[in-house]
Amino acid sequence: MSEHLLSLLTFLPLVGMVILLFIPRDNEPLLKSFTLIATLVVFFVSLPLAFNDAFRTSAEMQYTEFVPWINVGDFFQMNYSVGIDGISLWLVMLTTFIMPIAVLSTWTAVEKNVKGFMALLLLLETAMLGAFISLDLFLFYIFWELMLIPMYFLIGIWGGKNRIYAAVKFFIYTAVGSLLMLVAIIFVYYYAIQSGINMNGFSIDQFYLMQVPAGIQLWLFLAFAFSFAIKVPMFPLHTWLPDAHTEAPTAGSVILAAILLKMGTYGFVRFAIPLFPNALQQCMPYLATLCVIGIIYGSLVAMVQSDVKKLVAYSSVAHLGFVMLGVFALNLQGLAGGMIQMVNHGISTGALFLIVGFIYERRHTREISEFGGLAKQMPIFATIFMIITFSSVGLPGTNGFVGEFLSIMGAFESGLRWYAVVATLGVILAAVYMLWMFQRVMFGELKNPKNAELKDLNAREIIIMIPLLVFVFWIGVYPNTFFDKMNPSLEKLVDQIKGKQEVAMVHHVDTPDNLEIK
Amino acid sequence: MYDKLWLIPLFPLIGSVINGLLGKKVIKSEKVIGAIGTLAVALSFVVSCKYFFQLLGDEVKVHENIIASWMSVGQFQVDWGFLLDPLSALMLMVVTGVGSLIHLYSIGYMHGEEGFYRYFCYLNLFVFSMLMLVLGGNALVMFIGWEGVGLCSYLLIGYYFEKKSAGDAAKKAFVVNRVGDFGFLLGLLTLFWTLGSKHGVWTINFVEIAEHGHLLGTGSVVVTVITLCFFVGATGKSAQIPLYTWLPDAMEGPTPVSALIHAATMVTAGVYMIGRMNGLFAMAPTTMMVIAIIGAATAIFAATIGFAQNDIKRVLAYSTVSQLGYMFLAMGVGAFTAGIFHLMTHAFFKACLFLGSGSVIHAMHHAYHHAHLHDDPQDMRNMGGLAKKMKVTYITFLVSTIAISGVPLFSGFFSKDEILWWAFGSTRGSWILWLVGAAAAGMTAFYMFRLVSMTFWGEQRTDARAKDHVHESPWVITLPLVVLGFLALVGGYVGIPHVLGNIFGHIPNYLEHFLEPVFGHAQETYHIAVKEHLAHSTSLEFLMMGISVLIAFAGIGVAIFMYIKRPELPGQFVAKFSKLHRWCFN
Repeated sequence: MSEHLLSLLTFLPLVGMVILLFIPRDNEPLLKSFTLIATLVVFFVSLPLAFNDAFRTSAEMQYTEFVPWINVGDFFQMNYSVGIDGISLWLVMLTTFIMPIAVLSTWTAVEKNVKGFMALLLLLETAMLGAFISLDLFLFYIFWELMLIPMYFLIGIWGGKNRIYAAVKFFIYTAVGSLLMLVAIIFVYYYAIQSGINMNGFSIDQFYLMQVPAGIQLWLFLAFAFSFAIKVPMFPLHTWLPDAHTEAPTAGSVILAAILLKMGTYGFVRFAIPLFPNALQQCMPYLATLCVIGIIYGSLVAMVQSDVKKLVAYSSVAHLGFVMLGVFALNLQGLAGGMIQMVNHGISTGALFLIVGFIYERRHTREISEFGGLAKQMPIFATIFMIITFSSVGLPGTNGFVGEFLSIMGAFESGLRWYAVVATLGVILAAVYMLWMFQRVMFGELKNPKNAELKDLNAREIIIMIPLLVFVFWIGVYPNTFFDKMNPSLEKLVDQIKGKQEVAMVHHVDTPDNLEIK
Repeated sequence: MYDKLWLIPLFPLIGSVINGLLGKKVIKSEKVIGAIGTLAVALSFVVSCKYFFQLLGDEVKVHENIIASWMSVGQFQVDWGFLLDPLSALMLMVVTGVGSLIHLYSIGYMHGEEGFYRYFCYLNLFVFSMLMLVLGGNALVMFIGWEGVGLCSYLLIGYYFEKKSAGDAAKKAFVVNRVGDFGFLLGLLTLFWTLGSKHGVWTINFVEIAEHGHLLGTGSVVVTVITLCFFVGATGKSAQIPLYTWLPDAMEGPTPVSALIHAATMVTAGVYMIGRMNGLFAMAPTTMMVIAIIGAATAIFAATIGFAQNDIKRVLAYSTVSQLGYMFLAMGVGAFTAGIFHLMTHAFFKACLFLGSGSVIHAMHHAYHHAHLHDDPQDMRNMGGLAKKMKVTYITFLVSTIAISGVPLFSGFFSKDEILWWAFGSTRGSWILWLVGAAAAGMTAFYMFRLVSMTFWGEQRTDARAKDHVHESPWVITLPLVVLGFLALVGGYVGIPHVLGNIFGHIPNYLEHFLEPVFGHAQETYHIAVKEHLAHSTSLEFLMMGISVLIAFAGIGVAIFMYIKRPELPGQFVAKFSKLHRWCFN
């Protein structure tokens, strides 16, 4: 069974979706319970991955499966090739972990066309899991595109007032990026075949071995980077995010923030960086600048938002700036920090969107000025909100600190020292905008009579938050659970990148042309 | 032998969790909640005592206790590790000892408050964070405590969160602290990276830093940058120029909080941190000079603001800023022992002063409440003559005031005198620093006796309807006052200067001897000491001591003259120099 675990995991939600189609559409409780159970089953099926100690010692892909799929002679060949290593492990776990939480958050929030909503959620889960485990670049692309569709409908149908605008914007941004990526994928494939490499489909292992000349590398890297940077999103390609987040239903925002954005960061780590490390080196100052601008700009814009959800969305831009800065450091600390910060962002920002959802359901507004003094009315809510706020601010002892600190440390140790210094300023700004928002919503006197009747969190809402709180402290206090299984793969990745960069250096010096000029 | 150090922070953490989770719905009873909170810290105190005395009798003075790995990524290895040496042992005693007393006091002071359980949850959490800060065996565990105390300070300043000013003050405190933490982080990163990449020692462990720190090179640019960054962190936490502004606002919190966090413990964290890394700081003369100058400037600047305040707590707040300036002055001139000594005596007398002011506010509040008035219970202009009504509070308050003023034989005298002597005579000192310090001492004496005059002496100016309802506070409030007042009286005798000790038959300076394993090495290696030709000049030391005592008495005299003998004078003075007054009022 374990040799097909990944496939089982990935396609279980799809099977669930098919079964769901046979449930009558007006039986909403059943639809919701079924989806919840399906996502929970997926989560439990995925647990053996997290407990597998092979990741501690081996950097190789585990649970690999290989099935030849499409084969058109020499022109085109792709395979169903999947596997998981320390880099994708925790993102897969994050996905299976967040999904039941997202489903549970829709319990009372989603009222129209429940069946469609649940079906799309399940489809989305398959697409996301598939993208994380693909070892064939073309397969990755298929899953990547597959994610786009359910998310588009989730925003467009169940969203807020400007949902159509937001959905179309989301679609256009992401689709443009993917098209560029598709071109680059095809180009790099034929380039490999032409240069005599015996390609086995779009296997990323073989792409890893390839040495692409600097000029071509740069263009290919830019195509990939553009596509991933939209998804992350990196400044200045972030403008779709606040709209999408604000309009999306709570479950959509949670999944979008927690998992979908990670596709971009994961894409950099898995594909763009190891395939084209020299091009990255060339672009480094610009990319790092964009990260730092993202951190500072995201924080400043978050500060002036009047809508809580927009504020959280902009804080995402800042947080992902930290992730990318760590990743671009290309050393173990930076990469580990970036990876764990991806998970952290999923937990903390996911939780923040849930929190925003809780008050939105009660008051049908997200304007900060409508609130104030809720702490007295809703003490449990206040406590949970505060813990998550401080996790988002990166207080030591919570998850946020570990990720931010290691990202900054990684950047500091690499050539990005001054960028790290500026990024650290973002840590101050985070405290400003988060605490100011918290103060305006929770502290002060309860002046608005509409808030006087607000009820504290109910059991379901508390149950949603508890697992997130557990991980806030777990990652904060003992992140080694996660690092231990991540480090071998990341070490291998670092070696691989460094090796390629050195080869390129040697190559550059010793080419016959250079000698002749001398 | 020292493998149960983790018990010390564990007790308050458990107390905090119990009260936080069960306090409101399950326990409910104020008595039980208060008892759990107080007991948790008292247990820590007991364990601290055990280790303190064990360390006293031990040959080896530095003990590490590693519990588990925290983060392990490549060369970056951080443990959940604790460090017990004379410095942390002394701090443990101060934090848990004063902490226990203030918890006890809080039971009485916070009686009837709606969020009683919440208060004790936060207060215990604070003690936990502070103990992590003190015990942290590496810079990152210290940083947990460092930001943790900032968090608790935020929570406790914002305790009355329905008041906008409280929410603002809380946020301000946290953000300003964060600005300092920015410096701390940069210092930490630079240190780790430089030691690792240039010298092959990848560490942020304090013991290893002390061992290998010299590789950075005495007076080198990098060590100056590192220590300056750390010092920025210290200015944030310890409210030094220019990051002092949050501390006076922090008085929005309940008074016991001001006593514990904003006087005795948290705000001294910056001083402690410099003491912890004294080896690095000793290598950076430029940084030391900056610290001394900032310290001296803060000492005198905050004292001038203290002149003009009418809110009893704000006077004490500025006084704290000023006294912290003294501690930094001490650290800056290399008088590490004196700095820590003043930290300790200050913890005693300032905690006592704050708790005493709390007792007064408590009494005023009840009197006004009784008379259905809404006057400000913290305004000294409505007090006066309380000495007769609140005897215990008055006597303990007076003792502490005398101590802070530097009157001989009280605790503050010994520590302050030691600092001034080093400021004058140290190889890193200068007569200008001494002069500023001495002037600030005179001003301290003045504004403190102004406070006592306005509060306890003279005519009672309270509204006639509330006048007779002012009573002494219950025993849970006065007992801590008595204990702290006693410590403020005798706490200085552990560090008697050699010149005085020699007169009375060679009484050694116990504190100096005790802390020698921590500070001795750096002081010896980098030639930090009182200049040789001064060190033997007993008469000069007595002369300096005499001058500072005279200045203190002058301050006291002026205060009594202005506020008791000729109470009309201050008003005329303010009218005449209104600009100056406003500047002082800040």
